[in-house]
Amino acid sequence: MSERTLYDKVWARHKVADLPTGEDQLFIGLHLMHEVTSPQAFAMLRERGLEVAFPDRTFATTDHIVPTEPKARERPLADPQAETMLQALEENVAANDITFYGLDSEYQGITHVIAPELGLSQPGMTVACGDSHTATHGAFGAIGIGIGTSQIRDVLATGCVATEKQQVRRVEVTGELPAGVYAKDIILQIIRTLGVDGGVGHVYEYGGPAIEALDMEGRLAVCNMSIEGGARAGYINPDATTYEYLAGRPYVPDGEEFDALVDDWESLRSDTDAVYDDTVTVDADGLAPQVTWGINPGQVVGVDEPVPAPADITDPTARTAAEKAIEHMGLTPGDPMAGYPVDVAFLGTCTNGRLSDFREAAAILEGMSVDPDVWAVAVPGSEQVRAACESEGIDEVFLDAGFEWRRAGCSMCIAMNQDALGPGEVCASSSNRNFIGRQGDKAGRTVLMSPAMVAAAAVSGEVVDVREVAT
Amino acid sequence: MTVEELAVQRVTGTGVAVRGNDVDTDQIMPARFMKEVSFENMGEYVFYDARRDAAGELNDHPFNRRTGASIIIVNKNFGSGSSREHAPQGLMRWGIEAVIGESFAEIFADNCTAMGLPAVTADQATVERLQAHVEEHPNAGLELDVERARVVTPDEEVTVEIDAAAQEALVEGIWDTTAIMQANLTATQTVARRLPYTGR
Repeated sequence: MSERTLYDKVWARHKVADLPTGEDQLFIGLHLMHEVTSPQAFAMLRERGLEVAFPDRTFATTDHIVPTEPKARERPLADPQAETMLQALEENVAANDITFYGLDSEYQGITHVIAPELGLSQPGMTVACGDSHTATHGAFGAIGIGIGTSQIRDVLATGCVATEKQQVRRVEVTGELPAGVYAKDIILQIIRTLGVDGGVGHVYEYGGPAIEALDMEGRLAVCNMSIEGGARAGYINPDATTYEYLAGRPYVPDGEEFDALVDDWESLRSDTDAVYDDTVTVDADGLAPQVTWGINPGQVVGVDEPVPAPADITDPTARTAAEKAIEHMGLTPGDPMAGYPVDVAFLGTCTNGRLSDFREAAAILEGMSVDPDVWAVAVPGSEQVRAACESEGIDEVFLDAGFEWRRAGCSMCIAMNQDALGPGEVCASSSNRNFIGRQGDKAGRTVLMSPAMVAAAAVSGEVVDVREVAT
Repeated sequence: MTVEELAVQRVTGTGVAVRGNDVDTDQIMPARFMKEVSFENMGEYVFYDARRDAAGELNDHPFNRRTGASIIIVNKNFGSGSSREHAPQGLMRWGIEAVIGESFAEIFADNCTAMGLPAVTADQATVERLQAHVEEHPNAGLELDVERARVVTPDEEVTVEIDAAAQEALVEGIWDTTAIMQANLTATQTVARRLPYTGR
């Protein structure tokens, strides 16, 4: 078992008791909530006559079902199911004294975008949310875990989850990212290397020079996709970059209190002689932009590399999976993904819906036009991101290029609102999942990539190496 | 309900094989069905898209052919992706009482345990043999003995793996952890007070 890692230290600090099952009762210091996975948990609470134990540590927003077209956000929402769901959340947070950033709030947005920007997510915390991308908050050196609705009920009623400690894998990312290659490419490369189930039973500690060189938004993108690699949590040890990002944010104390927190956060970093269950190394030197070719986030190639041939895969189940992916995507094995025509370009999500993502894409779009056959949509991850983009004129760059400029939400990452792929459409997407049907129609097709690559695909009408488009 | 009533010592019934690695929770429960605020109807939506052809007609998906089955047998990394409990809720409400697979995604397995639904693993060869068994003998039936971690078919008896904590929780009927953890409220408040951070 691991020793003296940040994970060990944070776990020890939050452990409440040994449970009769052999699990640990772990205190959750920050509970984030959205409209889709919480109403059933509140219903269970009501059935049992239970109250929310720590409403002061519980924060809610609405992201999954909200329309992103500005005029469609008027109440009642056009979709009666979405309206009912939003009302249920509004009633639940009001009845239980939970802080809520709703559609009328300047802080509304995707849970995993707003908690960092509000300064809610901090080093050394345990963070839980009924959402698998809760690992995102690990970017601060916190333990973020996604939970199901029964566990949401537990966190609401007791402030805790029943869970088991996992193994810690150090993922060392050496080297330096080349120009035009981003945090998204690092995490796609990690999942490609370790597999979509490589992280089962583990948390990932990301480190090494290429990770340390990332700004907080890049680190958030890396930790966000831990779950796509099968790791329930992923984290990065906090450092000066972390503290600089946090200073001055709404929920972060200031003055001497902040200095004391920094001292504490420093003490939580994995010790130099920390023991890991294993270590793997991934090299960022010479890394090309990465794209998915299949129907899971481990089916990744460099943009100019050939798509693998199922016939070359020896394991029969893996071969069947590759055949299914090739068929769904309509690919020819041996061809590169560069040149694969796209119909839709989607920029946003809890992975890549932050200010730096829109800046990187805008740098590509400046003075360019979206291909006339491409529907291009930009969805800021939060209303704060939208406001920041608009104050820099980034919205104008997107609009001038031919993108639609939307309000904050999960949008076409999960297609629970009006934003969705049609049958057979191919989407160049900055999101995190290329599962069949994920972005809308079950015949829709997703190619995951970095925000700059999405912008390049939008103007080219096909998957293209952004380094050949950049001016 | 009492712990005796909640205990899951064994599951008996017919099986259904859903083959393939990395069957994610979006496939098990497409996101559009999560717009309902209760789990009540999830059994109707389980594998909704996979069970239909391009024209929307029911195809030959195992869940269309094997209604009445209570044990699902799957391959590697089943339940990956989204944390949605709607997926195992859908399986359970369709009639599934136990899941046997090569491996499960972490959150999916935790959701199963939190619902009192056993999720056990076996090696690839064993799982594929069990899948072939239920495909060839759809009415033969099988039993998962949670307490002994064994699967019994008319042909064989095999050992399966189950997480020790999940096994204890199921066999003793203590998989619903709310009341157990609530009893530790004082200790929880002490831990909370000692933390260097608060809520709002």
